[in-house]
Amino acid sequence: MTRSVQSLFIANRGEIAVRIIRAAKELGLQTVQAHSLADAESLAVKLADKAVNIGPPAASKSYLNIEAVVAAAVASGADAVHPGYGFLAENARFAEAVEAAGLVFVGPTPQQIRMMGDKVSALEAAIAAGVPTVPGSRGRVETSEDAAKVVERIGFPVMIKASAGGGGRGIRVANSRDEFDRLMPQASAEALAAFGDGGLYIEKFVASARHVEVQVLGDGRDVVHFFERECSLQRRRQKVWEEAPAAMLPEDVRARLCQSAVDLAKAVSYRGAGTIEYLYDETTRDYYFLEMNTRIQVEHPVTEMITGFDLVREMIRIAMGEPLRMRQSDIIMRGHAIECRINAEDPAKGFMPAPGLIESLTVPGGAGVRFDTLLYQGYTVPPFYDSLLGKLIVWDESREAAITRMQRALGELEIGGLKTTKPLHRALAADPDVRAARFDTQFLELWLEHRASMLDTY
Amino acid sequence: MATKDILSPLPGTFYRKSSPDAAAYKSEGDVVKKGEVIGLIEVMKSFHEVHADADGTIVSFIAENEEPVMAGQPLATLTI
Repeated sequence: MTRSVQSLFIANRGEIAVRIIRAAKELGLQTVQAHSLADAESLAVKLADKAVNIGPPAASKSYLNIEAVVAAAVASGADAVHPGYGFLAENARFAEAVEAAGLVFVGPTPQQIRMMGDKVSALEAAIAAGVPTVPGSRGRVETSEDAAKVVERIGFPVMIKASAGGGGRGIRVANSRDEFDRLMPQASAEALAAFGDGGLYIEKFVASARHVEVQVLGDGRDVVHFFERECSLQRRRQKVWEEAPAAMLPEDVRARLCQSAVDLAKAVSYRGAGTIEYLYDETTRDYYFLEMNTRIQVEHPVTEMITGFDLVREMIRIAMGEPLRMRQSDIIMRGHAIECRINAEDPAKGFMPAPGLIESLTVPGGAGVRFDTLLYQGYTVPPFYDSLLGKLIVWDESREAAITRMQRALGELEIGGLKTTKPLHRALAADPDVRAARFDTQFLELWLEHRASMLDTY
Repeated sequence: MATKDILSPLPGTFYRKSSPDAAAYKSEGDVVKKGEVIGLIEVMKSFHEVHADADGTIVSFIAENEEPVMAGQPLATLTI
């Protein structure tokens, strides 16, 4: 069913709001930008046809306030709502409220958001679709006999985790049966002391894991993939540097990985843009499902650069009821793209946040360079939201050429008035391991321990 | 007695307690030691402690819980 949409309400802020406005304008839509009191002077507000104040600076009272956002969308006369990423983008109640108000939600159905947002039901959906998941006990192991059976099945090394733990606490790695027998009672006692619950579960341990993820688009019937991205360079689980494609992925593994993402999305009749995240073990060439993100992602531009499709524009078209405009065979990747997240943080001082006035701004240009940003000269970056200022994206024929082009573009980028993570990216682009794509999800944290102090020189 | 203001080290949102359900770090009339935590500033989703920069007694809080503040803005007044 095609839904008539003339006006799109953007329920987000920052660079993604700007990105959505641009796509909407190209589709001939009117744009209404929601903003908090702190964002009245934002670039998105300036670019949109209309702007609506939805509340005080605190996100909990504005961008996260479902009632206020839906009421503002209805009052503005918009017929569709784009949630961007973060904030309410993966909130099933919000999607329901938007639909209940008679507006189109640019994204999946509330049921799909709910299913993929819950770890257990998402894992069940992946298993049902035949997508590999991390081998393990799938729940608590009650006796040492049960534990022994699990490790016989999955092989060493294994990770012993506290059921009640989180954030890496209560995790032990065993490389052999002897070590396993010694560590199990310790882990149980520690879990009991730390969490009041001695319950344990067991999972295959991947010593050197890389983060790969597959971009999909679905129209509720058919699903296509746009190949994968690699986002292994992370700090505190926040992606810092992203690439497409994943340089180390053998062609046959790529084909299976991307197909598994399509299988999962098809199995749930997925609608909209989505990303299936995997952990990849380079030594065994195994990949395991981590989670599915039911929204557009920060790093979507690298996929756009290697495939030539505008994912944000397509997701709006899908929400308007149009079928997918491309078949899988139409989607061909070419060259290599890299994105560096430029954050208002001082990498030489423990990534201390640095909001403030943009005194000057020079945006890089030239062939294969794109800068998605919320900045303009004279803008004051507010302290109330995340620190992302912009995403510097480059494309070139090969990964090596893309890194060289990124170095050139970083050299042109000047953000005067506050500290940014640009020096980190210059150092990474010059690092022999990064240049050789030799890294895993632990790499950046370890790298920073040794090199943070010298970031001043970049 | 002399008074001294504790200034916000960063721009952001000022919190007088560690979580919505917790008790306030300090109340008016409390004695504080130099270096003691009197509140938090949330800036760009990260939290930073605000420390008393002198021994003294808190006379009043100038900024309220969850109030947006600028760097250098007075948060509380001490008698020292």
